[in-house]
Amino acid sequence: MDSDDEVNSVISSEDLGGDADSSVGDFGGDDSDVDFDELQEHDGFDTQEKDLKPRKKAFEIDHKVYSPEDIQRQQDDQVAEVATLLEQPHESTAILLRYGRWNKERLIEQYMDNQEEVLDKAGLGQDVQKSPPRIEVIDGFVCDICCEDTPGLRSFALKCGHRFCVDCYRQYLAQKIRGEGEAARIKCPGDGCNRVVDAKSLDILVRTDLTDRYHQLLMRTYVDDKENLKWCPSPNCVYAIECGVRKRDLTRVVPTVFCDCKHSFCFGCTLPDHQPCPCSLVKLWLKKCEDDSETANWISANTKECPKCHSTIEKNGGCNHMTCRKCRNEFCWMCMGMWSEHGTSWYNCSRFEEKSGLDARDAQARSRQSLERYLHYFNRYHNHEQSAKLDKDIFHKTEKKMTLLQSASDMSWIEVQFLEEASQALQRCRQTLKWTYAFAYYLARNNETEIFEDNQKNLELAVEDLSEMFEKPTDQLSGLRVEMMDKTTFCNRRRIVVLDDTAKRLKEGVSYNLHFYGFGVVC
Amino acid sequence: MASMSSKRLQKELTKIQGTLPPGITLVSAPDLREWVMDISIIDNPIYPPNETYRMRFSFSPSYPIEAPEVVFVVLAAPERKIPIHPHIYSNGIICLDLLDSQGWSPVHNVESVCISIQSMLAGNTKAERPPGDAEFVRSNRQRPRDINFLYHDPKV
Ligand SMILES: [Zn+2]
Ligand SMILES: [Zn+2]
Ligand SMILES: [Zn+2]
Ligand SMILES: [Zn+2]
Repeated sequence: MDSDDEVNSVISSEDLGGDADSSVGDFGGDDSDVDFDELQEHDGFDTQEKDLKPRKKAFEIDHKVYSPEDIQRQQDDQVAEVATLLEQPHESTAILLRYGRWNKERLIEQYMDNQEEVLDKAGLGQDVQKSPPRIEVIDGFVCDICCEDTPGLRSFALKCGHRFCVDCYRQYLAQKIRGEGEAARIKCPGDGCNRVVDAKSLDILVRTDLTDRYHQLLMRTYVDDKENLKWCPSPNCVYAIECGVRKRDLTRVVPTVFCDCKHSFCFGCTLPDHQPCPCSLVKLWLKKCEDDSETANWISANTKECPKCHSTIEKNGGCNHMTCRKCRNEFCWMCMGMWSEHGTSWYNCSRFEEKSGLDARDAQARSRQSLERYLHYFNRYHNHEQSAKLDKDIFHKTEKKMTLLQSASDMSWIEVQFLEEASQALQRCRQTLKWTYAFAYYLARNNETEIFEDNQKNLELAVEDLSEMFEKPTDQLSGLRVEMMDKTTFCNRRRIVVLDDTAKRLKEGVSYNLHFYGFGVVC
Repeated sequence: MASMSSKRLQKELTKIQGTLPPGITLVSAPDLREWVMDISIIDNPIYPPNETYRMRFSFSPSYPIEAPEVVFVVLAAPERKIPIHPHIYSNGIICLDLLDSQGWSPVHNVESVCISIQSMLAGNTKAERPPGDAEFVRSNRQRPRDINFLYHDPKV
């Protein structure tokens, strides 16, 4: 498996973001410099970040959530504005704006330069018929689609004059809208005719179920055309998000946005939140994991042997602090090392110990080490993914027990909420941790890496600490409420430290380990 | 709508049973779902004048709102080959924007499609298959209407 050679060839400094000094800090607002020393350990769990609304952190990005009604209004407003300027009816202006991909300024400029050409290209060419299109009965009319010539046949034509019977027109429109999902550029059925069917004509011809679908499709193209708008990728979610981050910014910012449906995703690539790892590395990493999935398969196994007595141990919770039922040996599921050493200065569970280049002189040793290195990070990445699921399972079980407990004791529903909050914090933190490992895999080693690894380690310890509490017997949980809330707050803070630090470093430009033991490239 | 395609095809049939342009003949129209047409090309050395090519037209119930599916077919007797052309694959599939939902107009009919294909062959100067023909013919399991062709040359 020589997949690391692949990485070398896949990444170029271009992939990781071209020119070094473009757009540093021209997004994400002010350079927030919150002093994290003031966020030390226990200063009360009653101040949630949300409630305080502190200054924006380096990893936060301005964005706005829009409902379909908001989006419709946005379109209507722009149509109204441009219609007045160009002295065109609304439905034609809408066609012009769609043709110009909603770039108002450019459209107006082009229109002023060469009105006829723009109208023609947009599908509003030469008017043969001056009067507004309507359904008519014309003597001697033969429909070119169905060849019908019955007297009294109702027909319709756009301003291009290509006339067809109303039935054929309807079927044609239904086929385009329902069958082909077309809306913005449905052309006249006439052969080679470029005339675009406008919303008003559509209203005359078809029933509301089809016009509803038509407007839905138009809204899709509107959002797709706008670089600063994206649909929330969550299934069945109807909201769109506006965010000013541009493609070229994506090496320096990981724009996680929050939809009103509670889904958080990356505005750059629409994958679920992957802070602090930039989009391009996420793509590389996922590709690598896919390519190497067989090699890494054994890792997903949920059973391992106790390093001391070799009895089989099954992992059934998210916490990595394992205690062997047989010999009571406490060890770490990740590195299989003694748990007692974790949290001390020798702790190196999260960091891969790079051996010196001398040890890995020949190709075989290098390739072996590159696999080990990958597995180290993949292991941890994968583990947090799995643990997050296990944490959730345990929470659901606990939740049921808590409901019972709640009715047995005199705890109110509000008082039981701390479990939910702890569970959510665990999910979020593990999500972040997971991506810190993918990020770390590509990170070049330097002084700053150590700060990153320290932050990562601290978050990991906080997470395991909290995760462990979920495995406590339910009857003890109510007594642990305050402690658990404390640990939840602490986890959230640790996560912010990791994200804020990496976000600041990304903005300044990070060195990546593109070649295994060679040079790093700053991009 | 079945009645729509039947009515229209019936009218087309009556017309082409009467007259058709030179080089285009109706072979059979057993029902209103599938027709077979022959074409030959005059005045192009790439296509010998004694060679005739066979096309199969398949119509969906929503014809002519939807384009017909048109392919060349091979036959031993009488001998029918797939004409060589940069937009005709060796399995008979034709890459022609007229037959795609974007380029199709319901005003077109069997006769006008035959004329378009005939003139596409008549104007051809390259005795070659589309790029990637062998691979496409080996791997394609899609019906022509489901293939997303990229029209490199809008003039054909
Ligand atoms: Zn027209
Ligand atoms: Zn008609
Ligand atoms: Zn959403
Ligand atoms: Zn992304």
